[in-house]
Amino acid sequence: MNSVIITLTRRALLGKRRALLLMLLPALLLGIAALVGAGNGADAAGASGFIQGFALGTLVPLICLLIGTGVIGPEIEDQSLIYLLAKPVRRGTIVLSKLAVAYGAAVVFAVIPTVAATWLAGGREADVLLAFGVTAALASVTYVTVFFLLATLTRNAVVVGLLYAVLWETVLGGYAPGVRALSVRQWSLAPAEQIAGTQAATWGIAAEVGLTTGLIAIAATIVAGIVFSSRRLARLQLNTSE
Amino acid sequence: MSTLQLNAVSRWYGNVVAVNDVTMTIGPGVTGLLGPNGAGKSTLIGMMSGFLPPSAGTVTLDGEPVTGAPEYYRRVGMVPEAEAMYDLLTGWEFVLANARLHKLPNPQAAAGNAIDLVDMREAAGRPIGKYSKGMKQRIKMATALVHEPDILLLDEPFNGMDPRQRMHLMELLTELGKAGKTVLFSSHILEEVQEIANTIEVVVSGRHAASGDFRSIRRLMTERPHQYVIRSSDDRALAAAIIADGSADAVSLAQGVLDVQAVDFGRFVHALPRLATTSKVRLLEVTPADESLESVFSYLVARS
Repeated sequence: MNSVIITLTRRALLGKRRALLLMLLPALLLGIAALVGAGNGADAAGASGFIQGFALGTLVPLICLLIGTGVIGPEIEDQSLIYLLAKPVRRGTIVLSKLAVAYGAAVVFAVIPTVAATWLAGGREADVLLAFGVTAALASVTYVTVFFLLATLTRNAVVVGLLYAVLWETVLGGYAPGVRALSVRQWSLAPAEQIAGTQAATWGIAAEVGLTTGLIAIAATIVAGIVFSSRRLARLQLNTSE
Repeated sequence: MSTLQLNAVSRWYGNVVAVNDVTMTIGPGVTGLLGPNGAGKSTLIGMMSGFLPPSAGTVTLDGEPVTGAPEYYRRVGMVPEAEAMYDLLTGWEFVLANARLHKLPNPQAAAGNAIDLVDMREAAGRPIGKYSKGMKQRIKMATALVHEPDILLLDEPFNGMDPRQRMHLMELLTELGKAGKTVLFSSHILEEVQEIANTIEVVVSGRHAASGDFRSIRRLMTERPHQYVIRSSDDRALAAAIIADGSADAVSLAQGVLDVQAVDFGRFVHALPRLATTSKVRLLEVTPADESLESVFSYLVARS
């Protein structure tokens, strides 16, 4: 990894309106979680339903979309990425450095708010908090990597990512059985089911895939995302003004 | 001493040919890449800088193919045409970041030198987003110079600069050329190029139209047939006098004006008032019809 790229990426990500939006979405999650908690009291099952549906199903993919595309998309769009590419730095190093910033931002803006929202919505047991913390972390890292790759592939990454997040992960991933097994959300829920143990049924945590399958699918997606992003950067054609 | 060689290079985007079968050698010294907007200059620089693979032909640096591998950029400094940089950083922070990305042993000193070279010491503490276009160009130039590369590829480096900044950069490029660096810069302004370039490569519509020092390019441009549109009190009498005199190559009467083409424009402009006087014709208007740089470029393409 390269500390200069990390610094440049962090400042670019947190210095624009994108940072405001990044704060708005977790604030929305926490606000609604507080309302749910006020209505339900300390009801772990109610909190679990809310977190799986609203946090993991909608807000975490959206926040990760903003972060994953935000750490590289604008630099491709305005061609300032050329200042990083025209340096004796391996493309893989550029990708890993930018993803490190994205993962850190995902912890701050997606994982910690999800855990806090779980508590606010009534899931006060340590196992529930841990289960959804791990799920949010795995889902965030996977989503961020996928959206980062998307930003290197298309200049319409936000629109394509939004369609993917809403149609695939939220609508189809929530209801269609065949699609559920191919959903990042379901892969990330597999460890949560293990952590919840005997309480999983009570809390309504049921992943579509087993723990091993889920973890392998996540690892494969992340590795593939990093490899393809690096290859894509090596072939990126910024100079198309004529 | 480094030499970039383009050999039968073409580049197309879908059905659009941006660069068509260009062969040129860019050696030490200052080379100007001259051509109108959209001629293919940025595409050529993109291929020389390793960011655009040619669709056909080869680009080599001292015999080695240019592939855009990271190590290539130790030897090359670039000023891209795109204006965007990291606007939240100050000029100093940005140039220092570039020095660090090059893994220079003393990045602070290197950044300081580069900023001094482009005369940006005073404004270096301000955010890039608040710079004028000319200041941004100078900071871009500092990032290209910070690692003291052998080769400089500069895409329209004078854009947005005021006359004083332009003069300063011209002096700097001249010095770098004299020091044996290979400096290539693109421009669509002939005066800018002829001022400092030892060699001029003219590109028009993606084709290599002419090559040489500024005198030979100038000669090509002045020796081309000149077109004039003339209105007078008696176009037919004037046309007959011009033809009889032989100072023009072609004369035609159309839509109430006289179109004249003259290769030896010096002889023609001296003959015209004399012929008008002896023919008792009053000249109402004499307009050069093709003095735009584009028409000059078109002529060069037609003859190449």
